[in-house]
Amino acid sequence: MQTAEQTLDEILNLAAVHFKVPREKLSPDDDFFKTLEVDSLQTLDLLTKLENHFRVELPDYELQGVSDFRTLAGKIQARL
Amino acid sequence: MLDLQKYSCLGSALRDALDRFSGETCLIEADREREKTRLTYSDFKETSLPLARALEDADFDAGERAAILMTNQSKWLISAYAIFYSGGVLVPLDYKLTAVEQLQLLEHSKAQVLVVEYHLWRAIMQAPEFHNIKTKLVLVTEAPLGADLAGGFRWEDFKRKGAPDFVMRQREDVACIVYSSGTGGRPKGCVLTHENYLEQCRALTAWYPFWPGVRYLSILPTNHAIDFMVGFIGPFVCGACVVHLRTLRPEFVRDAFVRYRITYVALVPMIVKNLERGLRAKFDELPGWRRAILNRLIGLNKLLTRRRARVKVSRTLLPQVHRAFGGELLAVFTGGAFMEPSTMQFFYDLGIPVANGYGLTEAGTVLTVNDLKPFRADTVGKPLPGVELRVLSPNEEGIGEIAARSKTVMSHYLDDAELTLETIVEGWLLTGDLGRFDKSGHLQLFGRKKNMIVTEGGKNIYPEDIETVFDGLPVKEYCVFAVNYVWAQKELGREMLFIALRLEQNQRFDSSLLQEIGSRNRKLPDFKRVGGYLVWEKDFPRTASMKVKRQGLAEEIRKTVERGAVVGL
Repeated sequence: MQTAEQTLDEILNLAAVHFKVPREKLSPDDDFFKTLEVDSLQTLDLLTKLENHFRVELPDYELQGVSDFRTLAGKIQARL
Repeated sequence: MLDLQKYSCLGSALRDALDRFSGETCLIEADREREKTRLTYSDFKETSLPLARALEDADFDAGERAAILMTNQSKWLISAYAIFYSGGVLVPLDYKLTAVEQLQLLEHSKAQVLVVEYHLWRAIMQAPEFHNIKTKLVLVTEAPLGADLAGGFRWEDFKRKGAPDFVMRQREDVACIVYSSGTGGRPKGCVLTHENYLEQCRALTAWYPFWPGVRYLSILPTNHAIDFMVGFIGPFVCGACVVHLRTLRPEFVRDAFVRYRITYVALVPMIVKNLERGLRAKFDELPGWRRAILNRLIGLNKLLTRRRARVKVSRTLLPQVHRAFGGELLAVFTGGAFMEPSTMQFFYDLGIPVANGYGLTEAGTVLTVNDLKPFRADTVGKPLPGVELRVLSPNEEGIGEIAARSKTVMSHYLDDAELTLETIVEGWLLTGDLGRFDKSGHLQLFGRKKNMIVTEGGKNIYPEDIETVFDGLPVKEYCVFAVNYVWAQKELGREMLFIALRLEQNQRFDSSLLQEIGSRNRKLPDFKRVGGYLVWEKDFPRTASMKVKRQGLAEEIRKTVERGAVVGL
C-alpha cells in the first residue's frame, strides 16, 4: 500500500491538473478555497476525480469542514 | 391537491394526503447512480405509523419537541410525519453546523427527542459538551449493528405494532421551531405555527402548483424553510414525488435531472452558477457552425418567450438543452442569496425559467416570488397571495426597510420576548432588508439594514455568531462587521465580513498577528470566514454595561474611512 505522503503528493498533482495551476503553487496545508479561488462545488468535482483515481468512495459528509490537501489526503488514505 | 383551508394542522393534511394518493410514488432516494428507496404514499404510511406508535409508547406527548438532524433523505420526512402525527413540535436542525453548535441549539430548543444520522451522532458524542445533553430519547439512523450509541436507539428498530392515536392540533399551535441563526450566543428560534405553514403552502402552490407525476429534486437542506415547504409539505399535499440525492456532486445532480425527469428544483445561486458554467463550457466546445445555429435558436426562443414562458416552444427549439435537464423541467426556484440577473437571464433565454424569490425564516418560507408573467431577472418578484409588504421610511429613491404582514409570519422567537418585540412591531415583521417596489409591483432589493451577510450558498451569517473564534486574540478589542452594513451598497452580492481591530498601546500590526487571525479564521467553515481586517485607531464606543456599541462603531468607521481601507485576508 502506498504511504500517506505518496497519497498527498498524488492529490496535489491531480489538483494542479484539474484546476490548471502550476504544481508548485500548491502546498499540503494550503486552504484550497483560498489558494485556488474555488467554491465548495468545484472542490466536489475534484473529489470525484480523486475517487476514480484512488478507487475509493467518500460520502459528502466526510468532506464537510475539510479545506486543506493534507486533511483530504488523510481521509482518502484511511479508505485505501 | 387538498383544500388546505379545511385543515387545522399539518398532521391531518398529511394524513389525508397519504390516503388520497396512496398508489402514487411519494419518495425516491438515490445515492449516486444507485436507487436506494422508492415509496408510494401507502408505503410511506406503513413505514411511519409504527414509528409514531413507538413514540407514543415512549410517552412522547402533544406539544413536546423532537429535533431532526439529518441530511436530505426519506427517513427525514418519515420521522417528521411521525412527529406531527403524535402532535409533536418539530425542530429541524442544520446538519452543516458543528457538533458543538448543534448541541447548543438542541439545548436551547429543549427537544425531548432527537432523530439523527449516525455520522452526525458520532461527532456529537465526541464533543466535550456531550455530557450536558438532556434529550431523553435519541434515534440514530443507519447505525452499524452493535455500534455504541451512548444510550441511543437504532431508528430502524424503533417501531411498535398497533395503530397509534392521531393527535389533532389547532392552527395556532406550534408546528416547528426553526433556527435562523444564533449559534454564537443569542439563538433565534423562529416559532412557526400550523397556520403559518398551511397558508404558506396555499399561497405558493397557487402560483407553482404540484400534482401527481410532478417530481421535485430536493437538494437544499430539508431543515431549511424552502426545502421543508417545496420538498415536503407542498408536494405531499398535492400527491407529487420528492427525489432525494445522498450526494451533491454536480455530475450526480445533473444525472438525476435526466434519470428522474425532474419537474421542479430549488437551488442556491452557487449551484445555478455551477450549472451555467457547465453549459457555457459545452457551448464553447461546439464547432463554429453549430454554435451559430444554437445562437440563432436561442435568439428565436428569446423572441417567442419575451412576454411569458412557453415551455413547449422552448423544448421544441432547444431539445438538446432541455434533454440535459430531463426534458420535463418547468422551473428552478432560487432565493435566499443574491442571484446574478445575467445567470437567470441565461437560463430563461434557453427556456428554463429561474423563479427568483425573497423570504426569511421569520416569514415562513417566501414573501415574494417571480410569477414569470413576464420574467424579470432584476427583481425578486411580487408578493404572494395574502402577503402585504410595506417600505418603511423610504428615501428620495423610494428605498427603505421592507416590512411584512401575513398569516405566514412566525408567532415569536423562542424564549426571547425582547427580540420578538424589536422584530414584530404592531403586526409587521421588520425584515432588516432594504428595497423598493417598481411600477409593476415587483420588489427590488438594495442591501441590508442589518449586520449580516448571506453567502452564495444561501447561508445567513451573523458576525456575533463567529466572533467567539477570535476570543483571546492578542489585541485590545475587536468587532466583526458585514462590509455592506458599514458601507451600505445599493446592491447585494459579493458580501463579506471583516474584523475591526483596536490594538494595544504601542502594539503594531505584524505578521504574527496576521497569522493568528488567519489560523483562527480557518477554524471556521469556509463560508463563515472573515474576508478582511481593518486596524482602528480609537477605543470602541461602549454601553454602560461595557458592551460594544456596534452601530455607533460602524457609523464612526463609515464617517472616517472608505470601504477600500479594509485589507483582504
